Amino acid sequence: MNKRIDFATHPDRYRHWKLEISPPIARLILDVDEAGGMFEGYELKLNTYDIGVDIELADAVQRLRFEHPEVKAVMITSAKPNTFCAGANIRMLAGATHVHKVNFCKFTNETRNAIEDATEHSRQSYVAAINGTAAGGGYELALAAHKILIVDDGYAAVSLPEVPLLAVLPGTGGLTRVVDKRKVRRDIADHFCTLEEGMRGERAVRARLVDEAIPRSAFEARCEKLVRELAASSDRPDASTSVVLSQLDKTIEADSIEYSFVSVRLNREGQHATLEVRGPTTNVPRDASAAEQQGAQFWPLAMMRELDDAVLELRFNEPELGTIFLKTCGAADRVAAYDNFLEARAEHWFVREVNLHTRRVLKRLDLTSRSMFALIEPGSCFAGILAEIAFAADRSFMLEGQFEDRDDNAPIATLCLTPGNFGRYPTVNGLTRLEIRFLGEPETLQTARTLIGKALAAEAAADAGLVTTVLDDIDWKDELRLLTEARVGFSPDALTGMEANLRFPGPETMESKIFARLTAWQNWIFQRPNAVGPNGALTLYGTGRRPEFDKTRV
Amino acid sequence: MANDVSYDTLIPNNVDLSSDRRLRRALETWQPKFLNWWRESGPTDFQQAEVYLRTAVGVERGAWAKFGFVRMPEYRWGVLLAPQEEGRTIPFGEHKGEPAWQEIPGEYRALIQRLIVIQGDTEPASVEQQRFLGHTAPSLYDMRNVFQVNVEEGRHLWAMAYLLHKYFGRDGREEADMLLERTSGDADRPRILGAFNEATPDWLSFFLFTSFTDRDGKMQLESLAQSGFDPLSRTCRFMLTEEGHHMFVGKSGVERIIDRTSVVMHEHGITDPGDVGRLHELRVIDLPLLQRKMNFHFSVTLDLFGSEISTNAANLFNAGIKGRFHETDIDDDHQLRDDTYPVLTFKDGRFVTEAMSAITAINARLLDDYIVDCQKVVAAWNKVIKSHGIDFELVLPHRAFNRRQGMFADMYVSPGGAVLNEATWLAEHDSFLGSSEDSTYVLSLMKPVDQVGEYADWISPPKSGVGGKPGEFEYVRIPS
Repeated sequence: MNKRIDFATHPDRYRHWKLEISPPIARLILDVDEAGGMFEGYELKLNTYDIGVDIELADAVQRLRFEHPEVKAVMITSAKPNTFCAGANIRMLAGATHVHKVNFCKFTNETRNAIEDATEHSRQSYVAAINGTAAGGGYELALAAHKILIVDDGYAAVSLPEVPLLAVLPGTGGLTRVVDKRKVRRDIADHFCTLEEGMRGERAVRARLVDEAIPRSAFEARCEKLVRELAASSDRPDASTSVVLSQLDKTIEADSIEYSFVSVRLNREGQHATLEVRGPTTNVPRDASAAEQQGAQFWPLAMMRELDDAVLELRFNEPELGTIFLKTCGAADRVAAYDNFLEARAEHWFVREVNLHTRRVLKRLDLTSRSMFALIEPGSCFAGILAEIAFAADRSFMLEGQFEDRDDNAPIATLCLTPGNFGRYPTVNGLTRLEIRFLGEPETLQTARTLIGKALAAEAAADAGLVTTVLDDIDWKDELRLLTEARVGFSPDALTGMEANLRFPGPETMESKIFARLTAWQNWIFQRPNAVGPNGALTLYGTGRRPEFDKTRV
Repeated sequence: MANDVSYDTLIPNNVDLSSDRRLRRALETWQPKFLNWWRESGPTDFQQAEVYLRTAVGVERGAWAKFGFVRMPEYRWGVLLAPQEEGRTIPFGEHKGEPAWQEIPGEYRALIQRLIVIQGDTEPASVEQQRFLGHTAPSLYDMRNVFQVNVEEGRHLWAMAYLLHKYFGRDGREEADMLLERTSGDADRPRILGAFNEATPDWLSFFLFTSFTDRDGKMQLESLAQSGFDPLSRTCRFMLTEEGHHMFVGKSGVERIIDRTSVVMHEHGITDPGDVGRLHELRVIDLPLLQRKMNFHFSVTLDLFGSEISTNAANLFNAGIKGRFHETDIDDDHQLRDDTYPVLTFKDGRFVTEAMSAITAINARLLDDYIVDCQKVVAAWNKVIKSHGIDFELVLPHRAFNRRQGMFADMYVSPGGAVLNEATWLAEHDSFLGSSEDSTYVLSLMKPVDQVGEYADWISPPKSGVGGKPGEFEYVRIPS
């Protein structure tokens, strides 16, 4: 599986999903093309999915928010008789590298979270209309919906058969959502999760695994009615204004990926990459409708879409570049102006979407298992929305003064806080990056509020606790070289674990638990001989042979 | 182990029900639900008729059935297993050679339960599909046959319900109830497998269904009769003795239709089997129409075998739960760790035979065995045609024809095996699978004949009667 994965798609090109829009509702219909797998060696039978299927889903969920403000509720269902979705394709998983499996699971989780985010924050509610068997990832997909309806035909069931069948865990938050979101009693959940065939009909309703079980003849009408009721309670605009998510302007070279506002430089020999984000080139639009007019060209949206794609590129296609340097470039005051605009117009549907999108992209960055260092240099624009990138990094380095050997008259490095840094972009555990940063020093957080709008030079930023290390020109190069070489020398696994532990102190949310459990338990189990050894369950899946387990409890 | 059927409980059985109070209670709770199902979904309007039926009174080969007049709701459905073989071992899979399981192994509980549910679901389904046939029976003899088939499918349902109750606890009881709640062709709760939701609107369909679809039942039962789970094996072995009669009804029914058509052609000097005008005027079923209907029944039945290459089938084989047809007669290690099996596939624009992992090709092999069995049946039918000197041959369609399951599901293939495009397929659809005119014509023939010894125009009398009685016998006494 060394094929380059491209995340760009469009409903015109979907092979696995049908998107039907009939305002105020939409239908997302899963009809997987068996022969349409991303890689060789497996067929996507029974509406099973691989990364290609999920890229389309992520695309559809995203477009529904921006391109269809008039859509207020979405029904997810299947076009296949008796099958809703049988989850991730097992042969695909069995043949995939561990790296791909982990990236795949993380991405599918992010898509499920985006579905929940749409329901909760965009007021575009999702309903899962389970019209057949929903097994494993199929039920997990349904779990992302606000309401789950199942056809009560004596056959259709929901199940999480990973433990009994595959010796792994449901990889898309299934276990966590069952007890945390659906609040299924934990002993019943234990029974359910060991039951290959799952539960159906009223039994599933009683267990709270689904909301309603409905006879076949009444099923469609009931689903339709519920979706329309949810649509009626939405605050999304009726007007058919639409922001089309145009294809990203992207050029891939051997050692770089160039977008309009983002550049990625790949240093394969040094095993690191530099990701640079550029500030806006135009002034802030007059008002929200002017921003809406700009649509996908509106700088915060354009830039964040590119950043999102760049992060996915690095995750999937450049797995050996373990360290990422995060840089910005542009006019800090202009970035701050945009940021204030995003705060002031937050009620407008489009601006709301842009803010929510930014929030998701920043979370994606947080959850990327690479060492991330922010480099705050002269000419950079770490203000507001872009300062969040620095706060997402594991450490930040700020230059004091100028680079002696450069005479480009770049303004000195500054960092600028805006109101946006204090609430608009919470991370997966519900706290802002500054709240996380100052978990043990609430007074520092208070002080930071008083610095809003000020261009903080290195010393001031360090005093405020906003950067890790301040360096001058004399030390900058050497320090960074040593930092990089040391980092590259460490075990990537240990770093991933360490960073994940340190990035999210403070409370847990369902979302943070899902990723933590994925990183810790699922990834561990996926590596164990009981799953992937020569006699492991995943290895033997499909051969008819029975796995042999090392019975030692760890 | 007693082989005679014990009537000391409400439920005839040879499983010592009287000493298993828990099971007896469970089955006695289920029995009224079953009878309720029979009244609602069994043959319409003939519940009071006295039918000359055979009832199982023992499980010894050749001496198990007693004939007599019975009202169907009073039929003694019960739980009958073939005699237990001392020291039987698991004949295949990774547990080969270990003693056969008398209790369900926990790790295979879900696998076996699902298998029994799917098999069990087909038994009542065909009763539901055939419930109106009594009204258009071409003779009392045939009416009796369909009722015999129905009550025995009912007993097969009992057999599966017994296994569910006895070995699968609460889940099993729930599944046994669900067997009665799903209904063939129902909008809300259809039967699990597609072919069992198709209508059986007329007697031609019935005979073809019992010829082809019940023959799939035989193949499935034969494979389950090999099971390492001994109670399942014994249950299926006994069911097979009854299934044989059902296939006989189908095969001989079609034979009698062919005979009648041939006789009429001969009498009227018709040499062209496609002379529909004259043959329909003479109220018989033309052979090309029979071929089209056969194409339909054969192809939808192939779908019941599932995917040719199947992980599930491999798991079942390896676990020792479902074997191959005549497993113990096959000369190999019965474990198939490294064996291959030739499987017909479609590659690069043509059908080719490819060696595939034998254990995942279990279904493909069973399909091969099934087709061989069907070919024998068709050969017997062709012999009848030939004996009348008619120039026509019935041919089984290609296995890729009209498939909805398995590796040929997305293709358009003619009965002869030519790969077509969608447009050609649609244009030829009726000539392949029969038209609505075909169905209308067959339905127009379906007039009840209920006088003793009389037969409808479109079918010959049987060579002999049943249960020691002649063809001319009042097999069903219908209260006036």
